[in-house]
Amino acid sequence: MLNFTIRRLLLAIPTLLFISLVIFLLLEASPGDPLGDVPLTVPPEVKERMREALGLGQAWYIRYVLWLKQFFWVEPLFWFDQVFGTSFSDGMQRIISFQSRSPVFDVIAQRVPQTLIVVGMSYVVGVMIAIPIGILSAYKQYSWFDQVGTFVSMIGFSMPTFFTGVVMIIIFGVKLQWFPSVYDTTLEVRDWDSFMAQVRQMVMPVTVLALYNAAQVSRFMRASMLDNLGQDYVRTARAKGLGERTVVLKHVLRNSLIPVVTVIALGLPTVFGGALITEQVFKVNGLGQLLITAIYANDLPMVLTVTFLFAILIVMFTLIADILYGVLDPRIRYD
Amino acid sequence: MTETDRQARLDTRELVDETASAAPVTSDLPPDDPVHAGDQTRSQWRDVWRQFRSHKGAMVALVLFAGVLLFVSIGPLLWTIDPTYVDIRARNSGFVAAHPLGTDQLGRDMLARLMAGGRVSIAVGLTAMIIAVTLGSFIGVMAGYFRRLDAPLMRMTELFLALPLLPLLLLMVTLFREPLSQNFGPAMGIFILIVSAIGATSWMQSARIVRGDVLGLKEREFILAARSIGTPPRRMILRHILPNVMSPIMVAATLGIATAIITESALSFLGLGFPPDFPTWGRLLYDAVDQMVLYPSRVILPGVFISLTVLCVNYIGDGLRDAMDPRIRGR
Repeated sequence: MLNFTIRRLLLAIPTLLFISLVIFLLLEASPGDPLGDVPLTVPPEVKERMREALGLGQAWYIRYVLWLKQFFWVEPLFWFDQVFGTSFSDGMQRIISFQSRSPVFDVIAQRVPQTLIVVGMSYVVGVMIAIPIGILSAYKQYSWFDQVGTFVSMIGFSMPTFFTGVVMIIIFGVKLQWFPSVYDTTLEVRDWDSFMAQVRQMVMPVTVLALYNAAQVSRFMRASMLDNLGQDYVRTARAKGLGERTVVLKHVLRNSLIPVVTVIALGLPTVFGGALITEQVFKVNGLGQLLITAIYANDLPMVLTVTFLFAILIVMFTLIADILYGVLDPRIRYD
Repeated sequence: MTETDRQARLDTRELVDETASAAPVTSDLPPDDPVHAGDQTRSQWRDVWRQFRSHKGAMVALVLFAGVLLFVSIGPLLWTIDPTYVDIRARNSGFVAAHPLGTDQLGRDMLARLMAGGRVSIAVGLTAMIIAVTLGSFIGVMAGYFRRLDAPLMRMTELFLALPLLPLLLLMVTLFREPLSQNFGPAMGIFILIVSAIGATSWMQSARIVRGDVLGLKEREFILAARSIGTPPRRMILRHILPNVMSPIMVAATLGIATAIITESALSFLGLGFPPDFPTWGRLLYDAVDQMVLYPSRVILPGVFISLTVLCVNYIGDGLRDAMDPRIRGR
């Protein structure tokens, strides 16, 4: 297992390097000009100097290696310094956003909490809804509960989040006025009232994302339970007189959760990507919104860094899913 | 004669045929065309269709999907208002006889726009799916059939799976819309861009499925037999491998339409899809969001169409998967 983990970790490095190169070259091939917004009255030589100041004067491979150095060396050093009060990173250039002229990672650090709270919450809620539904509809296969559950999860799976989000805003935000339709990020939780305000504004985005996730996870849960319910060990457990509750909730559930856990781990990064749209619907200024504004503004370092962070998430969670699968299921041996 | 009756009779006749042919002395030679030995045929696709019809959800979905297809294809012939015709005096009208689904803020007829939008959305879905599935099956067959190509192609698939797809799609669409619009005209350029971007980022699943199936097929006797008479690889793949991996490809293709439609409308929703005077369902939804408080129907209608189409396609995919799985067929 340890061998496998180390091998996969080592393999992740070239994968990530390749992905960063792909993103970098894609950005490089773009015809957009980060200085496109500079007024025409600025003389060309000044413009040239501005270009150099942004680091755009050099060949692409130099800039790529420079960015790699900044991402993998300067930034970790900087955060290390922040935590331990040392000064390793003094005088080193961090990744600077073209748009705000501030370090990219500072902006990201401001945005991460919003995304994490909404996305994380929705994923937890979604899984909590999905697992009981999956268990019940597999246990009572073809009952009305199963039929309704499968149908609802099919709908949840098919309705795009931007549509469910907008419909919820129309119903609960506009008609019923229960929840605010725009997420207010400046809200600070100080007392009970502001906490309730925070909860109220989170309800809709979390519900939308949670429904979508629940639909996917419950389908997997149902299939996995069905696979296990027909196995011989279930008959053995029943034959030796165990209660139905013990059989289902202990024996079957534990075994069926194994593939579901990996699916949950694999789905997490895509949820971050999908949250991009939900954030746009509810005007949550999280990571997704940051990426979209950066794309519009031709802010190359920001786009590169945020996209690469998504890629790291994907590679990391794929690895976690594989390792979890091996740890949870002793029959799986990678070595 | 009901279907079950027919099947039962077919079964009996097959049984009779089998027993008869196993009789020790038969003066007749075996029939020239063994597939049509009885007077009625029994092909794989007929069985699949029979099983598919027993999946109620899939049948309802198939009818609904056909309805949506008719709506977007025949509809514009019957409802001849130009979807881009601006009638500013009739703007924001409700559901009236002249405009059954109302008009938008520029007085363009919503019904005509929904038809035109559906045309584009479904065309994008179908084309992107064809690209993705063709690419995926090609890579899958290559990786499965030629052992030397297996490792590199699968590494590549894994690399693509690790790419953050939605951000990359956004990037590709923003960065390349200008040059392509200039070369092919605004609508066609964006169409090519979106279709190829979606196709290039969603072939991986089908490649993996096809590769797995091809690996299994390669161990079968008929492949060995075909190889032993010296069939060249090209004919081997086209004649023996591809027809046998058609069923997973078809399921992947059906589900691919759904993903492609959703992705296109998501891009449109983020404002990165087709130009404003070129309606698609996602674009209609996006345009209506600003005024959703006053005119919620304009948001809901295109959204319902997207969801309905995707739901139908997903159900059809489910039904197909069940129908093509020989383990549960005939139950």
